[in-house]
Amino acid sequence: MKISMASPLHSYTGASTLEAHGSNLAELLEDLERRFPGIRFRMIDEQDRIRRHLRVFVNDAQVFDLVHPLRPDDEVHIVQALSGG
Amino acid sequence: MARSAKSKTKPSTTRTSGKGQTLLLVATRKGAWLFQADAARRKWRTDGPHFLGHIINHLVLDPRGGGTMLAAASTGHLGPTIFRSTDLGRHWKEARRPPAFVNPPNRAGRSVKNTFWLTAGHVSEPGVWYAGTSPQGLFRSEDHGDTWEPLHSVNDNPDFQAIWGDDQGGTPDGPTIHSINIDPRDARHLYFGMSSGGVHESTDGGCSWTPLLAGMEVVDGLDVANIAFHDPHCVRLCPSNPDRLYQQNHCGIYRLDRPGKRWERIGRNMPKKIGDIGFPIVVHPYDDKTAWVFPMDGTSVWPRTSPDGKPAVYMTTNAGRTWRRQSEGLPEAQGWWTVKRQAMTSDDSDPVGLYFGTTGGELWMSRDEGGHWQNLARHLPEIYAVEFARMA
Repeated sequence: MKISMASPLHSYTGASTLEAHGSNLAELLEDLERRFPGIRFRMIDEQDRIRRHLRVFVNDAQVFDLVHPLRPDDEVHIVQALSGG
Repeated sequence: MARSAKSKTKPSTTRTSGKGQTLLLVATRKGAWLFQADAARRKWRTDGPHFLGHIINHLVLDPRGGGTMLAAASTGHLGPTIFRSTDLGRHWKEARRPPAFVNPPNRAGRSVKNTFWLTAGHVSEPGVWYAGTSPQGLFRSEDHGDTWEPLHSVNDNPDFQAIWGDDQGGTPDGPTIHSINIDPRDARHLYFGMSSGGVHESTDGGCSWTPLLAGMEVVDGLDVANIAFHDPHCVRLCPSNPDRLYQQNHCGIYRLDRPGKRWERIGRNMPKKIGDIGFPIVVHPYDDKTAWVFPMDGTSVWPRTSPDGKPAVYMTTNAGRTWRRQSEGLPEAQGWWTVKRQAMTSDDSDPVGLYFGTTGGELWMSRDEGGHWQNLARHLPEIYAVEFARMA
């Protein structure tokens, strides 16, 4: 599936969009971590919570749960939440 | 956690007389800078920014040699991590396993917001580093900062959990573990400070901890017996006499002489109109009677700026019996500065150089133990930490 990445994560992925795989969000993150070591912890804390200033959208809906199911034709957007200076 | 044999090493009292280059490592809210000087500390070269836009809480070069530099980093959006360099910042590599709390079954766990403090381990344990985090946690690495393990004796200790409370507890910028000090004579003898939560000591390599609170005061009206009310801002162990510690606390300046267990409030000897509130304290590398503080206004709503807008360092050369104002070269008025607890340090030259960075992004130095001050840099981001390293 197609993934668009927030710019703070481009130092890991080297690109703003990429293809990744997984039947749910947790598996997708595992795929990303395998290819870009360290990236998961920058997005997801040690209690498996999405970090406060990141947002994950599947197609047009925001998701909060790592077990959210994914289909191969979904588009996942990992974006940074705007916050102060 | 692996344990090394108890190592006895004599404290160093040898003056280096500034041999080799002086390196300042400056961590800011928006990146890191290195300032490199010649042996005379007169010509400085600026190298930076590194990690522009990253929040760098601490940047430390291994004082034991080997060249490992660690940067405690996060950003406004991403989680915390540790970056490592072995070539003075030309290349950086991310830690494979940064400090992180355990994910306990059946109850909510904590998440590291940032690594706040880094301390290289004892000289007999060349790969060991310690990290203090916010919220309060203590971590140890045995591979030069590449992977980190929690010290369960702190992070999962019910006694400590009672101190730090919930996410709403703690100090305004977040509760922290800081001031990790290692006895140069004994790798298993450790101290750290908690804001808030007191000063703690271990004599068994971090397996168990004992609070050191006697003599420390708390905000008027609070219960001095409640450890959660004790807020050490910065604790420094004297390299020339590891039995002596100095402390800048939320409520005063203190000295502790071991094996004694009672802190003496030496800040009582500061001028009354200045007070003895502040964040940093610096100890002389070769003289355990000499220390410096940077007082701040702790009245009413706690502006935490230089009293009356007149920045000054105060120096004692008799272990806190008297204090001397050192402000030559600093602004004489309208200098509403704040210097954070990690943002003041000394070098190892003779005479000793002093350095501090302000939250307004100014870096200042003295080549003569505080006698005269000069500006090294302006217009940096908010300075969080200033560390010294001696390069061969």
